[in-house]
Amino acid sequence: MSIMQYNGGSVIAMVGKDCVAIASDLRLGNQALGISSNFQKIFSVTDRIYLGLPGLATDVTTLRELFRYRVNMYTIKEEREIQPETFAHLVSSTLYEHRFGPYFIEPVMAGLSKTPSGSFKPFIAATDLIGCLNFAKDFVVAGTASEKLYGVAEGLWESDLEPEDLFETISQTMLNAVDRDAYSGWGVVVHVITKDKVVTRTLKGRMD
Amino acid sequence: MNSFANRFSTTDHLRELKRAQANIEDDEFSDAAWGSEAGFGSLAKGVPTFSVPAVPDPSAFLRLHTDDHADPKCRIKIQHGTTTLAFRYKGGVIVAVDSRATAGSYVASGTVKKVIEINPYLLGTMAGGAADCQYWETYLGIHCRLHELRNRERISVSAASKYLSNLVYSYKGMGLSMGTMICGWDKTGPAIFYVDSDGTRLKGDLFSVGSGSTFAYGVLDQGYRWDLPDEEAQELGRRSIYAAGHRDAFSGNTCNLYHVKEDGWHFIGNYDISKLHYDGPDNVDGAGYGYDVRVGTRS
Repeated sequence: MSIMQYNGGSVIAMVGKDCVAIASDLRLGNQALGISSNFQKIFSVTDRIYLGLPGLATDVTTLRELFRYRVNMYTIKEEREIQPETFAHLVSSTLYEHRFGPYFIEPVMAGLSKTPSGSFKPFIAATDLIGCLNFAKDFVVAGTASEKLYGVAEGLWESDLEPEDLFETISQTMLNAVDRDAYSGWGVVVHVITKDKVVTRTLKGRMD
Repeated sequence: MNSFANRFSTTDHLRELKRAQANIEDDEFSDAAWGSEAGFGSLAKGVPTFSVPAVPDPSAFLRLHTDDHADPKCRIKIQHGTTTLAFRYKGGVIVAVDSRATAGSYVASGTVKKVIEINPYLLGTMAGGAADCQYWETYLGIHCRLHELRNRERISVSAASKYLSNLVYSYKGMGLSMGTMICGWDKTGPAIFYVDSDGTRLKGDLFSVGSGSTFAYGVLDQGYRWDLPDEEAQELGRRSIYAAGHRDAFSGNTCNLYHVKEDGWHFIGNYDISKLHYDGPDNVDGAGYGYDVRVGTRS
């Protein structure tokens, strides 16, 4: 069995109209045995960037701290907040540094980037475990349920969804995809990022 | 009947294969005589015959193409994850199973019937190869009925299970995969026999089979008593399957519950394991087995 499936877990991010959403399941397992139903895989990087880290749980913790350190160093040196595009490249190069002994994580990012005119533009991206960037215009998925997430998202996603509709779409996508995956589930958490607030909701999912 | 005796004259599987191949070649009953095999499939001659791959070592060939943890890419997937349990107590036998079928990490179905109703007095549970269990337990049903007609008496659970275990033993090494409990009520009262494809046959009061069996045993062992009232016995079966469905990634979806009494088996119900988690068996909001204890503070 692959080390990528050792702990289980999945993340998805979607673009909406002037908003983005990112969702993950809450399961932490040891192969078939479920251990925790409250294992966070999504972390806030800035007020407008969220990072999902599905994969090997030990690397989730390690990378989370590593990115926190690198983003803090960036903020201090540059004296400004990091932008999503820059952060995506930071993630990519951090992972590629470990090209021959990688972290077993496939990060997913969602955020709003500032345009020169002062407005905000939705941004999502994902990379593989050695940092190959994938900038998508609709949605990105990763984790043990990624195939199922692709299927459901292809069916449900539409362009220019308002925050409430985007929340509904990403929630249904996540809930239905993880029900078809043995290693994901045990609850779902959704973050919807808009220019002036982030709404975080924990969903009641199937517990088997 | 001669073919039947011939069938069990040896248990050597190499000779078994030769005989199977010979059977295919000297077709006593031609299909033309019957028109077809009248929907009996391989049973038309009374004893099932199977075509065997024309290679030097058929069982190695089959193993090569059958799902194994060593090679997840192979073509034929066999259902692995399961939780099934059965226990005997003063009021009869409780049989409870989950309903999930997985192929690798994919949940292929959540509505599998893992209790096979052999006849109104016998139940068989399904773990391992779904097709193997379904076919051979149905086949067992045919022979239980023949036993009734020949002897004007219902077959005992012991005899029925021995019939099955002898049968699977004759195919040992050929890739059959089943872990089953034959449950019923006969002259001796309630009875359970565990039979698996290795040829093991065990009589006992309490069994659980499958990837979630350890979780089920945990709940079962702490709640089991011989003189359990019917209601509590059913609840114990349900609660044990819930525990396995919750913790084991390869078990879940729903729980099917059966109660075998003196007058045969009764289907008690189908319970959604997630509903049991949140709302419990009586469907009272928040009165579930796990919700409040584990995640009570979350919205």
